Amino acid sequence: MALSIYDFTTLTDAIHESLSRSMSPLAVQAIEWTIIGIAILLFVALFGLFLVYAERKVCAFFQQRLGPMRVGKWGLLQTIADFIKLLMKELILPKQADKFLYNLAPFIVIIVSFLAISVVPFAKGLQALDFDIGIFFVTSVTSVGVIGVLLAGWSSNNKYSLIGAMRSGAQIVSYELSVGLSMLTMVILAGSLQISEIVNAQSTGWFIFRGHIPAVIAFFIFVIAGTAETNRGPFDLAEAESELTAGFHTEYSGIKFAFFFLAEYINLFIVSAMAVTVFLGGWMPLHFGHFEGFNHIMDFIPPIVWFFGKIFLVIFLIMWFKWTFPRLRIDQILALEWKFLLPINLFNIVLMTIIVINGWHF
Amino acid sequence: MKAIWRYIKSIVQGVWTLIQGMQVTGHYFFRPKLIITQQYPENRDKLVMFDRFRGEVTMPHNENNEHKCTGCGICEINCPNGSIEVIPITIVGEDGKKKRAIDRHIYHLGMCSLCNLCVKNCPTGAIVMGQRFEHAIWDRSQLTKVLNKPGSKIMEGVKE
Repeated sequence: MALSIYDFTTLTDAIHESLSRSMSPLAVQAIEWTIIGIAILLFVALFGLFLVYAERKVCAFFQQRLGPMRVGKWGLLQTIADFIKLLMKELILPKQADKFLYNLAPFIVIIVSFLAISVVPFAKGLQALDFDIGIFFVTSVTSVGVIGVLLAGWSSNNKYSLIGAMRSGAQIVSYELSVGLSMLTMVILAGSLQISEIVNAQSTGWFIFRGHIPAVIAFFIFVIAGTAETNRGPFDLAEAESELTAGFHTEYSGIKFAFFFLAEYINLFIVSAMAVTVFLGGWMPLHFGHFEGFNHIMDFIPPIVWFFGKIFLVIFLIMWFKWTFPRLRIDQILALEWKFLLPINLFNIVLMTIIVINGWHF
Repeated sequence: MKAIWRYIKSIVQGVWTLIQGMQVTGHYFFRPKLIITQQYPENRDKLVMFDRFRGEVTMPHNENNEHKCTGCGICEINCPNGSIEVIPITIVGEDGKKKRAIDRHIYHLGMCSLCNLCVKNCPTGAIVMGQRFEHAIWDRSQLTKVLNKPGSKIMEGVKE
């Protein structure tokens, strides 16, 4: 078995064949699902912890602080310590809370994150699910998350939670449109909804370069709307600390709070992963037209490094404006969506269609 | 037409102000030397407090074990907490005149609010605020200090 970090299909095929030799197809499928499930769980836990650390550090540097420095070298073990602390906390049930919905809500939120992660193409052959409607699947699955948020707010029997959940609902339902439409702009250029095909179509050049003006506009709209959909600052009024203590997860503690917390960071990962897949070429290396030497050097860097490099770039951009801009009011958020992002987006789709019909893209 | 122009202008202006804001934070992010947080226990050797920092009341002595305190008691009168007790003695000078001097200048750090009134009102500038701030100790009797060193006397030429 030739293990290559450039192409993971050999590895997955080898696992599949070695399992098939001794087991029935049903058992093989069950084992493969378990492997994928454990891999995604591990990835979510580790990457979520790392993102929390990265956010604290990045935020600190933006504010001329040092951030966590005490636990481990440069505070690297800080989030692990925090996580252990969260695991040991008591689970509190508020008085007269809707017990069933209260316990269900964090699971809905985290399961949605897991589902969305399953279609992320990490590298060649490292994609759990490859539907022919991949983009549609992502947008529809992420929109289920708002149900978890609404349930959490409703069942907590707390006015702050309820107000936070209502705000979150209004916000996510509006910004869903912009996320979907900006992705649709790129689907017009790609001509496919399948994620692996979209990535393969970018082997000659990333869509943000090939689609030039409308692609750049769509990218920025996607990043803004994606930030709003994940309830991150400056659109974090669902959990505005100064007014609503913690919004919809005020009453949650221990591992249930950790679920909400982790889901927030995994959603951040999903938004940037989708931005990378659709606009920045997925795991494809950077290629410039006919500079053969340059292209060969770029090919030498493994796809998984390319993917995570781009992910961190987008995550850094999102963190940058989270820690720069003040929080918007609810009317400002809705005005931004309905008066600015949506008209620009619709105009952008028409522009992209004209460009694709006339073949004015690269 | 005018409304459309105003709409486009508002978008451009809005984006421009946002970019300006991000420039400020970006400037900080890529210059870690500007970080003002201090790692306190680690930088203890190099730590310098600012000039006007009030750590504790001290009485500076020169190399001949001489201070400027005349024992007038103005600091004791001015202290709002009663943290200073000046215990004077009467000494007879060479010319036979009786003179007031200090036996002990007792300072209760545990009661002191570091208000600086004693230092401000000292007519001879005998007491100043020190920079030391690590006052944690195991026994509170150590918080009562005698500021004038044993065997010290008043500096020559200090006007009473």
